[in-house]
Amino acid sequence: MADDKTNAAEYWKANVRLIFGCLAVWAFVSYGCAILFRPLLAGIPVGGTDLGFWFAQQGSILTFIVLIFFYAWKMNKLDQKFGLGE
Amino acid sequence: MSQFAINLLFVGASFALYIGIAIWARAGSTKDFYVAGGGVHPITNGMATAADWMSAASFISMAGLLASGGYANSTFLMGWTGGYVILAMLLAPYLRKFGKFTVPDFIGDRFYSNTARLVAIVCLIVASVTYVIGQMTGAGVAFSRFLEVSNTWGIWLAALIVFLYAVFGGMKGITYTQVAQYIVLIIAYTIPAVFIAFQLTGNPIPMFGMFSTHTESGIPLLAKLDDVVSALGFRDYTADVDNKLNMVLFTLSLMVGTAGLPHVIIRFFTVPKVADARWSAGWALVFIALLYLTAPAVGSMARLNLATTVYPEMAGQVENYEEAAQNPILYEERPDWVRTWEETGLITFNDLNNDGRIQMYNDAADYSDRGWEGNELTVNNDILVLANPEIANLPGWVIGLIAAGGIAAALSTAAGLLLAISSAISHDLIKTMINPKITEKGEMLAARISMGGAILLATYLGLNPPGFAAQTVALAFGIAGASLFPALMMGIFSKRMNNSGAIAGMLAGLICTLLYIFTYLGWFFVPGTNMLANTPDNWILGISPLSFGAVGAMINFAVAFAVSRVTAAPPQEIQDLVESVRYPKGAGMAIDH
Repeated sequence: MADDKTNAAEYWKANVRLIFGCLAVWAFVSYGCAILFRPLLAGIPVGGTDLGFWFAQQGSILTFIVLIFFYAWKMNKLDQKFGLGE
Repeated sequence: MSQFAINLLFVGASFALYIGIAIWARAGSTKDFYVAGGGVHPITNGMATAADWMSAASFISMAGLLASGGYANSTFLMGWTGGYVILAMLLAPYLRKFGKFTVPDFIGDRFYSNTARLVAIVCLIVASVTYVIGQMTGAGVAFSRFLEVSNTWGIWLAALIVFLYAVFGGMKGITYTQVAQYIVLIIAYTIPAVFIAFQLTGNPIPMFGMFSTHTESGIPLLAKLDDVVSALGFRDYTADVDNKLNMVLFTLSLMVGTAGLPHVIIRFFTVPKVADARWSAGWALVFIALLYLTAPAVGSMARLNLATTVYPEMAGQVENYEEAAQNPILYEERPDWVRTWEETGLITFNDLNNDGRIQMYNDAADYSDRGWEGNELTVNNDILVLANPEIANLPGWVIGLIAAGGIAAALSTAAGLLLAISSAISHDLIKTMINPKITEKGEMLAARISMGGAILLATYLGLNPPGFAAQTVALAFGIAGASLFPALMMGIFSKRMNNSGAIAGMLAGLICTLLYIFTYLGWFFVPGTNMLANTPDNWILGISPLSFGAVGAMINFAVAFAVSRVTAAPPQEIQDLVESVRYPKGAGMAIDH
């Protein structure tokens, strides 16, 4: 059963890597684009205001949705690859 | 048909629907009662989660918060949606795999400690009770405004309806009524928003209309809004904030709080598989986003509508805002919807300079040169959504729909919270800690009795709101974020985390957060007992008490880590348990060494 154990450890590592990637995007759009980097994005106009404002009230929410579905889709593939799906 | 009759028809029809569902979805077992039998489709659960999540505050107050705060209050939008990302990746699938009924179940078992379980139960009850009071008072307001009953009767009515479907149906009844409630509330929210967006910009989709050209003035809507509000002495609607640290921490607090709130987490125990929990979180956010992407449009457009109602000359192309500000409407000529809402006391007028006109502007600004002696019109933020159909001159049935929608939002969240409270009492306290020998039947009875008790308590507190009732954000999100979220996350992601570490972490996070909140908002929120005035100058590093949950969570992580390193590692069977929650497929493989 040693194989299963390394297999499981690999699966978990891949999961954690994926989570790190997704959360980096999560933090970048919300804390980055919408808050901290808003002054840097001030030059990009979006409908009467700037890109940072759009990210704060629309863009980050839309990105969050994409992130969750992307994660669920990738994890399903991982589940299958490692034979851990139900 | 009178407006009252229409409202009665819509609200009555929605109640009949909820009760019908309750009769159809009666709970037969504790599994039905706690997790709806564990067989809810991920999309169905997503919709129920959206209704569970979107409270009276989301439905009624969110647009008002955005209208008054502009960009600065984007924190609520990002915080209350971004939490689902961490919930989907860090908690929901693993807790679903764990496969029990409650949040204290996991904390107690994972940290092999009834002390940890008890801390989790107390945190859950305090957070949920604070939260549920707001729902009861919200339902009371909606009833009294639309059904012309007293506030007291409104709250009792709300309690009766929730009692009918929550006590008999448990999670099963709640799930399917929440689906119906979501549909009612989202239709009620979007229809007026579509009409208003179309009237102002010609674009019927609110989230696009908000960034389109304002038809009457020919400039972008948000630019127009900035011009108008700054002419009245307010900050620009889209103005950036100076205190970025606080904005980041407040958003983070709302996110970890969202992910740690038990009534949201337990919804993910109702889906059949681990993979379903992940998809379901995505669907939940889609359904939530339908409202949250619309809310900023409703807020900005309502703010502009209100200003141009008072200052009609500001609506079109304006050469000189100084001149346009000179001619607000006469009080005698105010529109009907202002009159309606004056009766409720949520709009008040006081002609300070006795010119018979309405001067509405930022009270902090000095406009004595314009002959203004103070802001004369006070508008409660909460009416923006409720008054929207009247402001846009929509037909009576839309108002009836808004009434049903506001009540649906309050009831659906109340039911979810009451279930979280009652299952913590009947399952964690009675079944696990006090009397493990209780029969299935006995536990069901205990669950129903504690549900009834929780409803009575919520009703009592809704009728006599204590000082902490207004502190949902500080208390519920602070506790869930600083105490429950880190414990749950470490329980899954750190095999080395042990009982002493988790308990010390939870208590440290909880106590630091409460101390910081009490310092500025008063001991147990009793007015006048605060040790420092609640102003940005006094806040440590400019961190507001509402933003401290994120700091509390970091303290929790740090303390738990430190304590766990100097105490014994958890026993083997606990490490095996952690292994098993990490993998979707049966526990066997991971435990097999």
